[in-house]
Amino acid sequence: MTELLIGTKKGLFALQGDEDDFEIAARSFPGEPVEFAMRDPRSGRYFACVTSAFYGPKIFVTDDPAGEWQQAEGLQLPEGGETSLERLWSVVPGEEEGLLYAGGAPGVLFESRDGGMTWELNQAFWEQPTRPEWNPGAGGMCMHSIATWPGDPSRIALAISAVGVWLTDDGGRTWRHGNKGLVPRYVPEESREETITLCVHNLHRHPSRPERLFMQFHGGVYRSDDAGESWIDIGTDTGLPSDFGFPLVIDPDDPDSAYVIPLTADLDRVTPDGRVRVYETRDAGASWTARGDGLPATDAYLTILRQAFAREGSGPGMALYFGATSGDVFGSHDAGASWTTVASKLPPVHSVRAA
Amino acid sequence: MVVVRLRAPLSELAGGRRELRLEGSTVRDVLRALEREHPAIQGWILDEQTTIREHINVFVNGEKGREETTLDADDRIHVIPSISGG
Repeated sequence: MTELLIGTKKGLFALQGDEDDFEIAARSFPGEPVEFAMRDPRSGRYFACVTSAFYGPKIFVTDDPAGEWQQAEGLQLPEGGETSLERLWSVVPGEEEGLLYAGGAPGVLFESRDGGMTWELNQAFWEQPTRPEWNPGAGGMCMHSIATWPGDPSRIALAISAVGVWLTDDGGRTWRHGNKGLVPRYVPEESREETITLCVHNLHRHPSRPERLFMQFHGGVYRSDDAGESWIDIGTDTGLPSDFGFPLVIDPDDPDSAYVIPLTADLDRVTPDGRVRVYETRDAGASWTARGDGLPATDAYLTILRQAFAREGSGPGMALYFGATSGDVFGSHDAGASWTTVASKLPPVHSVRAA
Repeated sequence: MVVVRLRAPLSELAGGRRELRLEGSTVRDVLRALEREHPAIQGWILDEQTTIREHINVFVNGEKGREETTLDADDRIHVIPSISGG
């Protein structure tokens, strides 16, 4: 049985089922926006990033999504400043026992060393000297991607909309940019070399070849083969209908694999031509193939947000799931070759993760 | 003592109490006193900069109040989510 955690504009839905036969097993945080939810496979503990319009951003924790949730502590910015925590976008297991990371807005990283019950702000990242020059994307200055290095807690890559890629080799004590090769077409040509207003939409590291990362940019799809120091354009003339989009998934068995869901353009953030299609590469981005068998093929103008695409397993039998702001959730159990509708008529989907 | 009235879910974070009596000369003082007495409510009304969250309304004797609004003994504070949303 598969459990899907669907974060929506109106609560968290836990779906349980097999292949295309899923049912809603639990709904938590009714009425509240759930930006992201996941289960830490090490502890079995569930995490939900909830940003109440009234009561502010929180992370809640439980061992049973149908039961009581407990508020985690420490997710706040230093008192006495001018800035408050705005939103929480991601929770990612770290590479040490009990270590987790959480990313939020405005461009902040939290660390937990007790399995996610208490958190501390990463001060080195908070105190970046260029922070006053940072600019948010449309969804705020969100730290959405935290790419750990398998087996090595010292090496992490972060991505922020719109402050680019950040790298550390010392467990987060120091940070540096990793933006070489990114082309922000949304700023004047003469400013592109110097700008740090780099709107990364998603970033994933390949677990079996950790120096390789894939990125969905705000207009651009990229690959890095040097651990995020520099980036190669794999979105131009490679078979994608558009290089704009938000989510990205990789197949852990194949370091040349990635999946994206293109949207028409930054000013028209819907699936191109009224067709819903996932695009797959198996040659590290040299070419992309449409995977849409079973997905809506006509009059379907969906928006799929950055955390709303997930996988379970790997290889030819890898399951893929994604949700749209239409409230539809789709699934594949053959690595994208064919798709079925897993759920529909949910509130707008913010995130999808297979527990 | 100032009377503070809360609704769910804030009242649940205050041990199920919908009405409390707290000391303080300003709205901020009283809300900080509420946090000290019921730490679970910390961060729900005031953010980490002790600013009332954008979509929370605090009424003092029926009038809209702010953090610096001064209080007299027996004043009544209502903490109510605003009628925003979508």
